[in-house]
Amino acid sequence: MGQRTSLHDRHVAAGAKMVDFAGWDMPLHYGSQIGEHHQVRRDAGVFDVSHMTVIDVGGGDAGNWLRYLLANDVARLEAPGRAQYSLLLNHEGGVVDDLIVYRLAAGYRLVTNCATRRKALVWLARNSPGYNVQVEERPHVAMLAIHGPNSIELACGALPGDCAGKVRRLGNFGALEHEGRLVARTGYTGELGIEVMLPGESAGELWGKLLAAGVKPVGLGARDTLRLEAGMNLYGQDMDENTSPLAANLGWTVSWRDEGREFIGREALRRQRESREQDGGPVLAGLVLEARGVLRNGQQVRTDKGAGVITSGSFSPTLKQSIALARIPGGSQSCQVELRGAMTPLKIVKPGFVRFGKRVFE
Amino acid sequence: MSNIPEDLHYAATHEWVKVDGNGIATVGISDHAQEALGDIVFVELPEPGAEIEARAEVAVVESVKAASDLYSPASGEITEVNEALIENPQLVNSAPYDGGWIYRMTITDEKDLNELLGAGAYADHCADE
Repeated sequence: MGQRTSLHDRHVAAGAKMVDFAGWDMPLHYGSQIGEHHQVRRDAGVFDVSHMTVIDVGGGDAGNWLRYLLANDVARLEAPGRAQYSLLLNHEGGVVDDLIVYRLAAGYRLVTNCATRRKALVWLARNSPGYNVQVEERPHVAMLAIHGPNSIELACGALPGDCAGKVRRLGNFGALEHEGRLVARTGYTGELGIEVMLPGESAGELWGKLLAAGVKPVGLGARDTLRLEAGMNLYGQDMDENTSPLAANLGWTVSWRDEGREFIGREALRRQRESREQDGGPVLAGLVLEARGVLRNGQQVRTDKGAGVITSGSFSPTLKQSIALARIPGGSQSCQVELRGAMTPLKIVKPGFVRFGKRVFE
Repeated sequence: MSNIPEDLHYAATHEWVKVDGNGIATVGISDHAQEALGDIVFVELPEPGAEIEARAEVAVVESVKAASDLYSPASGEITEVNEALIENPQLVNSAPYDGGWIYRMTITDEKDLNELLGAGAYADHCADE
């Protein structure tokens, strides 16, 4: 038996098919993965993502330490209540983990992956000597993600009135703290929505109110197809410690603006940037299969510039065709994959296929 | 527990077969198989008129999770395919023994059916997996 979130019994009661996910018993789906995917694109769904790793950072050097550790710059979070997507890089410029960092009234909160928990905590501890910081994992914090075009309206009905009023006014990547909760306009679906972190013992009550308001439970299966349609990377599949963010469509997360900021991996990235100006180098692209069939992780593809590999492939329930993220030579114009013995053309697009329920590529 | 109707024959590879009075067999995949696959998004159907051998790959069922080959439980000729699955492959999930049937065939040698499992033996087989 794996670790359980505080909502485990509610998943079982809702008919979830529970599976092992990095040592946790998590809901894969509650009957239909595709039905849940559409629920988020068209209405509102709730995910239990309490398996994510929540880490609070305090101490007088917290800001400066995170400016050293993270490739994005927390100095750009101008005030408490702002969040940003960021990467932990190693000294070779590979990605140790990806996360969202929230600036709180006191200190910062990091939400990192579940499967990389131990590695991320070790990395933080190893790089903390010399800084006045307190790094505290918060294993009893539960996290619900409520996403979909109607999510905020329905979620506000399930939150206390004074909290709901503030949630309605949040902008994208805005966050607010309210009586032990952290509510933020962040997520992993490409839809409008919020994530709510709260004490584990309070999660069941919120879950129940959300379901009573018409929000449907959504499993990790649909979470994966939603994030793939949104063109969002999955750590361990689309990038890892041996992948440069520049080869993973994550160059935009690296903040170069403060030239004096020495963050881990900066020197390696600077060299990679120079060499890529000479010879290009691999990129993470989107692929679309017009023919019937489903692209799968690990499949080899061939472009006019050489070989590539699919890092995340699946069926897009919104587009009703298969889509993928793939690492291919930069500047590729055409791409093919072998499907049941036949070379089949693929369309190359920017990563990102669906946003706010609508197709986003030509 | 998955649904395993008593009156069907089953292959260890999770196909079911139902033979009508005229020697025509209807083939699909079991409730256990559809549940393991998850939501089905494409079914690659065989060509009507094709001659197939027992245990040969005859169709492909693709779900969000995986592609799964369907092996013919008997030798014979394909007489009909379920074209409703082209537009609505999820019939295999919602009605695996009914609207989600995959193809029909004549059976060359009835002895092929003796190689298949009854409902009880198939239930044991699923439990062992």
